[in-house]
Amino acid sequence: MNDLTPNSLRAWPDARGRFGEFGGRYVAETLMPLILELEQAYRAAKADPEFQAELDFYLKNYVGRPSPLWHAKRLSAHLGGAKIYFKREELNHTGAHKINNCVGQILLAKRMGKTRIIAETGAGQHGVATATVCALFGLPCTVYMGAVDVERQKPNVFRMKLLGAEIVPVSSGAATLKDAMNDALRDWVANVHDTFYIIGTAAGPHPYPELVRDFQCVIGNEARAQLMEAEGRLPDVAIASVGGGSNAIGLFHTFLDETSVKLIGVEAAGKGLHTNEHAASLNCGRPGVLHGNRTYLLQDHDGQILEAHSISAGLDYPGIGPEHSWLHDIKRVEYVGITDDEALTAFQLCSKLEGIIPALECAHAIAHIIKIAPQMSKEEIILLNLSGRGDKDIFSVAKYLGTEL
Amino acid sequence: MSRIAGVFTALRQEGRGALIPFVEAYDPDRATSLTLLKGMAENGADIIEIGMPFTDPMADGPTIQAAGRRGLLAGATLKGVLGLVHEFRKTNDRTPLVLMGYLNPIDSYGVKAFCEDAAHAGVDGLIIVDLPPEEADLVLPDASANGLDVIRLVAPTTSDARLKQVLAGSSGFVYYVSITGITGTRTASAADLARDIPRIRAVTDLPIAVGFGVRTPEQAATVVAHADAAIVASVLIETLCKETPEAVIRDVRALAEGIKAARKAA
Repeated sequence: MNDLTPNSLRAWPDARGRFGEFGGRYVAETLMPLILELEQAYRAAKADPEFQAELDFYLKNYVGRPSPLWHAKRLSAHLGGAKIYFKREELNHTGAHKINNCVGQILLAKRMGKTRIIAETGAGQHGVATATVCALFGLPCTVYMGAVDVERQKPNVFRMKLLGAEIVPVSSGAATLKDAMNDALRDWVANVHDTFYIIGTAAGPHPYPELVRDFQCVIGNEARAQLMEAEGRLPDVAIASVGGGSNAIGLFHTFLDETSVKLIGVEAAGKGLHTNEHAASLNCGRPGVLHGNRTYLLQDHDGQILEAHSISAGLDYPGIGPEHSWLHDIKRVEYVGITDDEALTAFQLCSKLEGIIPALECAHAIAHIIKIAPQMSKEEIILLNLSGRGDKDIFSVAKYLGTEL
Repeated sequence: MSRIAGVFTALRQEGRGALIPFVEAYDPDRATSLTLLKGMAENGADIIEIGMPFTDPMADGPTIQAAGRRGLLAGATLKGVLGLVHEFRKTNDRTPLVLMGYLNPIDSYGVKAFCEDAAHAGVDGLIIVDLPPEEADLVLPDASANGLDVIRLVAPTTSDARLKQVLAGSSGFVYYVSITGITGTRTASAADLARDIPRIRAVTDLPIAVGFGVRTPEQAATVVAHADAAIVASVLIETLCKETPEAVIRDVRALAEGIKAARKAA
């Protein structure tokens, strides 16, 4: 099956934390020793059956794994083509895939003897998941969140507070995810002795892109087995939305060497790829270095980082995880753009046809399914990572639709 | 001998430490930066560090973040910063200039072209905050080929075992980030410096400059009692915001006096 590739695409990153030319460890010296320590601790944990057993325990009994695989019959029939399956990550505790990674990282933090947790969040899903595991393990938690996102994701801000986290609104830059990450990194530099930074996406300095991916691979591994049981075969298309890209890489990774499986990542095209208001770093950006890794970035001709735009706070980031940059360059994954308007239509269609209100992030992937499913045969299978539920988005969607709540 | 090495050799003979004040380029405009560079050089600055504005300065506190934003609003680009250096060099061929910034704008400019253009403009050294030794091979060959010192950052978190690796391939001076934190926040104590500086001396003959949190002439004097240079940034930017470029130069003069009065630690 794999005769054209002498080396597995699943074997990356290399010893320098690189996926091809992407990734790496571009951090200030103050953080470098910590990143190296984290890498060592992670290698040891990965090789320790007790760590794996503990992780499995929490994933099963606290998160509620395995998440179901759902045959979306009404959506499939409506589109009149491929058979569409949803991997129901929105049914996890806290309502998104983010918790998979948070459980893994907090167990690692405990193992390293860290006593304080920080995190950045965009849509608030990662912040809620981090605040949740901090409550569970009794660790103090500080979440950095762009002031704009604090405003458009009020329910999640309140959730985090209920869970005992301190929320720090960040008003520098565009006051969104990128700026929250800057301030989280600044906090980390100032509190290196006791603090563990739980990064929410498969980006940042090595080993974060690798370890976040590994903790999210449970999505693809389960879905693959579930689909084999339901259909006796692999999907023809596996599709997911990409902001930083953790839910997408979690779904894709198991299929990277399966050349029969077409992989599609859906970027936020905001008001359109031809405008300046989108978050499509792969389709419209170029490689550079930000937040500790080399990756595709939205930047101007002088290397200054541009603000991203998306209706979805979770996709509103001018970069992307480095493994996606590499998969884009080697053309293993196709990355497409979906606009705010298209995502809103898909958001409503999925809600009405399947009784599932998807997160606006996933609505982007559903919008692309609306485009491709009708052109596929009824025997073909599309596997979607339904990575989060949309309850958090009802206020912003209502606003876009002109409805008063 | 490079300008930087020349300055430290002369100061060693004089028996005093160096003052390295900081100017964020184009804050709030190009003309002010040029006035500051000239005024600082005439009033006790031994070396000047020039900040290259970046949208996402992860190691900087609120003061330098805001200065960078003002610089970008005033139209700062890397080409513009090099132009500023070029103009300064027309009247000053003596004071070493070190550019401090983040990797992405340099990467975007092209590392080779940037090193060539920087050397041509009269830059002496580079401090790239987010380029640790693990990634430094990206810049070192072109920097050395163009006679630019690549100044390494050492932090309190840098272990003795790691120090050797960090300092391999560095030149000019060592920049000791004296606190775990961002610029312009905490200040290292004399006891901290007495503990930390000998650790670095043990592995390098390069001069050691201390930055992050040095604000007053007294603190600068404490720093050079242990190390070879004091880097002062955030407090000068605060003065520029509240007062005038002349007030900044007045403060530089006071800092230089503080350093001259300092006694070397036994």
